[in-house]
Amino acid sequence: MTDRNRDRDSETVCYGCFAAFYLFTQQRLPACNPVLTPAWVITIFLFTGLIFIPFGLVTLRASRSIVEIVVRYDTKCIPEAFRIDKVSYIQDDSIPKNCSHFLKVPKYMKAPIYIYYQLDNYYQNHRRYVKSRNDQQLLHGRKYHGTSSCQPVEFNNNQPIVPCGLIAWSLFNDTFTFIRKRAELKVNRKNIAWKSDRDHKFGKNVHPFNFQNGTSIGGGKLNPKIPLSDQEDLMVWMRTSALPSFRKLYGRIEEDLDADDVVVVHLMNNYNTYSFGGKKKLVLSTSSWLGGKNDFLGLACVFVGSSSLILAIVFMLLHLKCPR
Amino acid sequence: MIFVILSLFDGFICHSNGVDICSAIFELFFNFSGNESKLGMSRGIPEPKLTAMDAMIDKLTGAIFIFQIVVVMVLGIAGNVWKDTEARKQWYVLYPVEGPWYELLVIPLRFELLCSIMIPISIKVSLDLVKSLYAKFIDWDYEMIDQETGIPSHATNTAISEDLGQVEYILTDKTGTLTENRMIFRRCCISGIFYGNESGDALKDVVLLNAVAGSSPDVARFLTVMAICNTVIPIKSKTGAILYKAQSQDEDALVNAAAQLHMVYVNKNGNILELRFNGSVIQYEVLETLEFTSDRKRMSVVVKDCQNGKIILLSKGADEAILPYAYAGQQTRTFSEAVEQYAQLGLRTLCLAWRELKEDAYHEWSLMFKEASSTLVDREWRIAEVCQRLEHDLEVLGVTAIEDRLQDGVPETIETLRKAGINFWMLTGDKQNTAIQIALSCNFISPEPKGQLLLIDGKTEDEVCISLERVLLTMRITSSEPKDVAFVVDGWALEIALKRYRKAFTELAILSRTAICCRVTPSQKAQLVELLKSCDYRTLAIGDGGNDVRMIQQADIGVGISGREGLQAARAADYSIGKFRFLKRLILVHGRYSYNRTAFLSQYSFYKSLVICFIQIFFSFISGVSGTSLFNSVSLMAYNVFYTSVPVLVSVLDKDLSEGTVMQHPQILFYCQAGRFLNPSTFAGWFGRSLFHAIVVFVITIHAYAYEKSEMEELSMVALSGCIWLQAFVVALETNSFTILQHLAIWGNLVAFYAINWILSTVPSSGMYTIMFRLCGQPSYWITMFLIVAAGMGPVLALKYFRYTYRPSKINTLQQAERMGGPILTSGNIEPQPRSIEKEASPLSITQPKNRDPVYEPLLSDSPNSTRRSFGSGTPFDFFQSQSRLSSSYSRNCKDN
Repeated sequence: MTDRNRDRDSETVCYGCFAAFYLFTQQRLPACNPVLTPAWVITIFLFTGLIFIPFGLVTLRASRSIVEIVVRYDTKCIPEAFRIDKVSYIQDDSIPKNCSHFLKVPKYMKAPIYIYYQLDNYYQNHRRYVKSRNDQQLLHGRKYHGTSSCQPVEFNNNQPIVPCGLIAWSLFNDTFTFIRKRAELKVNRKNIAWKSDRDHKFGKNVHPFNFQNGTSIGGGKLNPKIPLSDQEDLMVWMRTSALPSFRKLYGRIEEDLDADDVVVVHLMNNYNTYSFGGKKKLVLSTSSWLGGKNDFLGLACVFVGSSSLILAIVFMLLHLKCPR
Repeated sequence: MIFVILSLFDGFICHSNGVDICSAIFELFFNFSGNESKLGMSRGIPEPKLTAMDAMIDKLTGAIFIFQIVVVMVLGIAGNVWKDTEARKQWYVLYPVEGPWYELLVIPLRFELLCSIMIPISIKVSLDLVKSLYAKFIDWDYEMIDQETGIPSHATNTAISEDLGQVEYILTDKTGTLTENRMIFRRCCISGIFYGNESGDALKDVVLLNAVAGSSPDVARFLTVMAICNTVIPIKSKTGAILYKAQSQDEDALVNAAAQLHMVYVNKNGNILELRFNGSVIQYEVLETLEFTSDRKRMSVVVKDCQNGKIILLSKGADEAILPYAYAGQQTRTFSEAVEQYAQLGLRTLCLAWRELKEDAYHEWSLMFKEASSTLVDREWRIAEVCQRLEHDLEVLGVTAIEDRLQDGVPETIETLRKAGINFWMLTGDKQNTAIQIALSCNFISPEPKGQLLLIDGKTEDEVCISLERVLLTMRITSSEPKDVAFVVDGWALEIALKRYRKAFTELAILSRTAICCRVTPSQKAQLVELLKSCDYRTLAIGDGGNDVRMIQQADIGVGISGREGLQAARAADYSIGKFRFLKRLILVHGRYSYNRTAFLSQYSFYKSLVICFIQIFFSFISGVSGTSLFNSVSLMAYNVFYTSVPVLVSVLDKDLSEGTVMQHPQILFYCQAGRFLNPSTFAGWFGRSLFHAIVVFVITIHAYAYEKSEMEELSMVALSGCIWLQAFVVALETNSFTILQHLAIWGNLVAFYAINWILSTVPSSGMYTIMFRLCGQPSYWITMFLIVAAGMGPVLALKYFRYTYRPSKINTLQQAERMGGPILTSGNIEPQPRSIEKEASPLSITQPKNRDPVYEPLLSDSPNSTRRSFGSGTPFDFFQSQSRLSSSYSRNCKDN
């Protein structure tokens, strides 16, 4: 009773909150109780279908409009003599690794044309690999000591390695140059990494140190003169991929390529994917609002949309046949 | 019941010894709900109660744990195999050629860490939170405030609200629980003369008033016993009126009645009592008080008449505790007839007796009594024995009859709860006839021909056995018929049945929907609860007095009525309510909602953890089975703590059906009783859903974010947001009623997810730096989200709709009816109940009974309530009621069998 009186007092003070709280305590807040009526459900499925199908088609069209050239070069770039033992070929520094390819442009490609290298069956997401880096060291350099996460590539000759860790150590080091009609195509290799990485993740005063100096040499080397914040290849590489098959940006061609143009690619086939059966591909691709060429989204949208339509029709028929 | 109250008083005395005080402090300190004032009652600290749901959740947790171990082992082995076959070739991983032996354990342990989120720790926290809110809802409920006293209902035990929705047996006390426990002296029989039979009120009986005025010695002695054979203390108020402080309602009624019959108990000064009778003052000195115990079933006082120095023993008690001890030669037949007759009217009877003592005999006895009182071992028993030596050769003076009215709404409450499939047992210390009469008047049992009452009696084991067998046989035959069969058993037969024929009695207990146990002691009440619990039934015990405390503590749910017998039961109970009729709301509204909500919440908690865990497992297949976590630790932590816990917490406001509908169709409580919303098969559904959603999220994510977009942080954030979106829609789909809070929680949570991640994305040192901004700027991100939602929810919605429309449960049907005003609500509206007739009938009818034959058969047929319809007839749920009841009772395996 006293409670009630007190409540009534507060009622005058703050009627709104009191009423709301009262309704809450009595579990009587106004509620809407949706019912899964046939009309509602059929409408929902119909709408889903009607939205997703056109949307999927638009997406599919965007994906299809992208011109993409994919060349697998890892096998082709090995001379006949070494076809049997590819690993010894790639590990032998004395053999020149240069190699050339002719690419035929199937369709007009509008600049910028993105150059990617694609690695298949390469587990950048392996736990040992993913963890083996140190963001603090990348930003602060040798001043930072807590680099135990970088094992087993942490120290060499009792000197810290900058950048440490397996990821940096296994840096991809194939290079590509493109020639069209005897003139070298200009490849812009700036701004291929994320701006946030350049500005905030990799130190401006951090220079590679003691890198790839040990007995086991992994991938590419870094120029010790250039600070990490300008080593964009490293940044791109260190954005590890979640999938065992991935593409990484190499650069951009800032000229349009016409249909039937022939582009010669001179590449240095340095990187070892032979020991574990990985594939290396070179990808030239234009882009759209969707990004790169990927039919999945469009197809999936069309599939979901048409399934919804079918469900809507099935439910409609069911409803007509045995109305409830 | 009188002895209840006396035992309470008895308890106060016991309190004075330190042990109990210590235990009281102990209880207070550890916040045990029990408040036992009587030493004999505190046999054990009540065990913490575990709800059936908690037990089920524990089981499911165990199952998930086993699943987790299996997953870890399989993936661990696969990981090691992969490591040895593939990873060694991958130079960039730089596996050492030869590792120590424990290297083999590393990968399984990593998977154990990854899968540890499979069992959501947050479920305990969420459950505790919502459980305390359920309890608060009970405390807050205005409809469960006792308007007379202003006492709100209270949930002492905040952890067992779900059990309320799963109650199958209610064991109820009678006095104070079903009745008001407001005693009114109605009739009496003094030395063979019946008073009050014509008018229904002895206080207005002219013959009695004349006898009082004429100071008839029989009547005077009778009134003296009424006035002073008690532990009442008179208090003079300022106005001169005398107020009585009585521990027991019966004593209060008797003293007040005596006062109205001019035998006024004026004053108590030390041991000197002062009575005023027709103007003359009589003084007595109290020499000894032989307290009431439930075993002796009587109390006595030894007083010395200050006028003539005579020492007198005054006794009052139950008929079987007084009449057999009448002096040889006294005809007690009239008295037993009176008792019988009063009991048939549902009145509570007490026999009053008196005996003059020889002074030396008294002194001799007094020494023995003092000795017995000071013994340390078996004191209670010793005292009883000594008392026995004095309480014989009594001169029976008469019989009093006290009326105890039924509480408001008791018949309706019992009927509704019956329809909900709950079985009722009445356990009372009262006489059989009184109990049956009350049972009839409150819908407890149906009168003939609808109902049938079977009696188990007998004084010897053989008799009880035969009677039990007979009843059991009848039960088996009639169990298929829509008949209300109930059995009646008294304390003595019950004792034998429980001891010797437990198996048969258990079977009987399972078969019978109704039982009346009379003359039972507190410990027998607890034994009966134990018996039902051992058959795996959910029991609720409701009572109001100290003698119910053990039963209340023993039962799965104890409900105490904070009534006139003090707060003892209410304190010991898990729930205290002001009136019996609130039980309906407590079970049907609070219990049912709590059950439904917890069922959703617990399974959802597993679901959300499983989704994220399955994604991790799938990811391990594309990350070289190395145990890489797709999600970073911050996301994982926040996923359980923020993103998925808030929307589900507001499911405490979810109502599948409105309160009114539930009250109208109590049958749907069956879904809760049978545990239809939380059992291995519903859980399997949620498990399958989590697997499906994990596949949807994973497949769409890795394909939409393939190749150049496959950056780890981005991809993990896409998968995480996919999960969050799905969560929101799953909760939305499973919510039956949306209040503003639910909308806020579900959609606000989605917004908060983005807000939190935007904030995290502004911190340069975090791994997620700029990720969320990048993603939100990509059209493909949003397409992916919509795709995940559509692909994940479409089948779920379709399935739910199909079942809802074409395979509806009764709840679905009612939902449709309630929300769209469909036909079921109007046609299925349980027939309007002719309550007006019953309202007249339910208070005890004050008519002369027509015969005095053995109670159970004729009484049933000429009961004033014979027009009452029985439960369940004509409702659309009849089929389902009988079906369910039978199947559930037969499918139960009794542990005794």
